[in-house]
Amino acid sequence: MVGAYIGFAAVTIGGLPIFPALLVSMALTACLGMLVERIAYKPLRHAPRISLLITAIGVSFFLEYASMYFVTPTPRTFPEVMPNISFNVGGFIINGQQLLILGITIVLMALLTYIVQKTKLGKAMRAASFDTETAQLMGVDSDKIISMTFCIGSALAAAAGVLVGVYYNTIDPLMGIMPGVKAFVAAVLGGIGILPGAVVGGILLGVVEALVAGFLSSTFRDAAAFAILILVLLFKPTGLFGKNTNEKV
Amino acid sequence: MAMLEVKDINVYYGAIHAIKGISLAVEEGEIVTLIGANGAGKSTTLRTISGLLKPKTGAINFLGNNIAGMPAHKIVREGISQVPEGRRIFAEMTVQENLELGAFTRNDTAEIQNDFKMVFKRFPRLEERKFQLAGTLSGGEQQMLAMGRALMSRPKLLLLDEPSMGLAPLLIKEIFNIIADINKTGTTVLLVEQNANMALSIANRAYVLETGRITISGDAKELAASEDIRKAYLGG
Ligand SMILES: Nc1ncnc2c1ncn2[C@@H]1O[C@H](COP(=O)(O)OP(=O)(O)OP(=O)(O)O)[C@@H](O)[C@H]1O
Ligand SMILES: [Mg+2]
Repeated sequence: MVGAYIGFAAVTIGGLPIFPALLVSMALTACLGMLVERIAYKPLRHAPRISLLITAIGVSFFLEYASMYFVTPTPRTFPEVMPNISFNVGGFIINGQQLLILGITIVLMALLTYIVQKTKLGKAMRAASFDTETAQLMGVDSDKIISMTFCIGSALAAAAGVLVGVYYNTIDPLMGIMPGVKAFVAAVLGGIGILPGAVVGGILLGVVEALVAGFLSSTFRDAAAFAILILVLLFKPTGLFGKNTNEKV
Repeated sequence: MAMLEVKDINVYYGAIHAIKGISLAVEEGEIVTLIGANGAGKSTTLRTISGLLKPKTGAINFLGNNIAGMPAHKIVREGISQVPEGRRIFAEMTVQENLELGAFTRNDTAEIQNDFKMVFKRFPRLEERKFQLAGTLSGGEQQMLAMGRALMSRPKLLLLDEPSMGLAPLLIKEIFNIIADINKTGTTVLLVEQNANMALSIANRAYVLETGRITISGDAKELAASEDIRKAYLGG
C-alpha cells in the first residue's frame, strides 16, 4: 500500500515514467521497512514467534489506517503507464500491462534468488535464520542482517504494490490487506520458508480462484482461498513442499 | 603478559549463578585445557570468552584489550574463534558454504583461497564432500567441518568445546592429533573436554572446574600423574 502510493505520487506528482517510479517506491519503502523493524520488531528479539505475528498484523493495520489521515480513504486512479497494446501468443491474448508485470516479477525473483543463494549477504541471512548464535560466532552481526532482510522484503512489497496499482488502475489505503492474507495462504500452501514453494503456492491459489470464479461465482473466490488455507492446515500443515521438520512462522 | 587473561568473572543464567569467580590465563602458543564434570560450567566459560554470554562482573583481556561484554561478532574480528559444543554446523548449507561463512570477517579473497587449500589439506574428506549438504556428513566429518570453519577466520586463539563428543576412539585420536598440529602451526588453543585423559595428553597446562569454580590448576603432565585427578577424572 505504501509502495503503491509512493509509486502513484512519483508518477502523478513527480511525472516519472514507470521504471524510475518503481525504483523510487522500492527505495523509500525499504527505508520505511527498516525503520519499522527498528521500532516495532527489534525490542521483540527474544519474544516468542506468536508475538511477532501479532506485531506484524498490528503494524500493518497501523500503517493502513494511519495513512488514511494523509491520503484519505478515497481510492485513487492509477494513471495509464503502459501503451494499450496486446499480443496474441499462440491463442492467448496478453496485454502490455500483463507483460510488464510478468517481466518485472521474473527479474525480481531472479535477483532475490541470486542474493539469497550466491552473495555473502544472502549466506549470512541463511546462516542467521538457521542458527543465529553460531552465525554470530562467524562474525555475522544479526541485527544488521535482520534489518537488511526487512529492507529487501519491503522493497519487494513496494514493487508488488505498484504492479497491483498498474494492473487494477486503482489504489486505496486498505488495498494491501487481502493480498497480504492471500500471500500468507500461498506461503502456507507451498510450505513456509520455501521460496519456490511460495511461487507454486501462489500460482495454484490463483488458478483455483480463477476456476472457482469462472465455474461457480466470483463471490466464492475469496472463500476458495480460505478453504485452501483450512484444508492445508488440517491435512498437510507443512505445505506441499514442506518436510516434516521444525515449526516456523 | 598472557594472550588471554580471564579475571574473576561471574556469569549468571537469570538467577542461576553458573560461574563463580573464575580466573585463568592462556599464554601465546599454549594448549590449555579446561576439564570437569557435566554442568561444571566449561561451556559457559568458553561462551563468555567468545561473547555469546556477558559476565556480570570481572574482566577478560585479550591481547591487551578488555573484551568482556563485547558482542560475539566483534570478538571474532579480534582473533578468537570458537568451535561450539555439538558442532553447530549449518546443516542446510554445503560444506563449501560453511567454510565461506567461517571467513565471513575477511575480504582478502586470494588469502581466503589459500586457507581453503590449507583446510582441505588438513581435512581431505571435506574436499571430497565440498558440494554436499553439511547435514548429511557423519559425526566425525561434521567435527572436522566445524574446526575447518573456525580456522577460516585465521584465529589467534581457538576455543574448542568438547571436540571428542560422540566420536569413536580411533576418530578421537585423529581429532586430537589434528588439534596438536593446529597448535604447532601457530594457533593458541583453549580446549574444553570431558575426555580428560586425551586432553591432558596434548595440553601444556590444565584447569579443573567444579560447579562454577576452579579447584585445581597446573602443569598437564603433573595433573595427569596426580593421584586425586586420576581418581576423580581419569577413571582410576
Ligand atoms: N541456557 C541456560 N539456562 C540456564 N542454565 C543453564 C543454561 N546453560 C547452562 N546452564 C547451567 O549452567 C551450569 C553450567 O553449564 P555448562 O553448559 O557450562 O556446563 P558444562 O561444564 O559445559 O557441561 P557439559 O560437560 O555437560 O557440557 C549448569 O548447571 C547448567 O545447568
Ligand atoms: Mg558443555
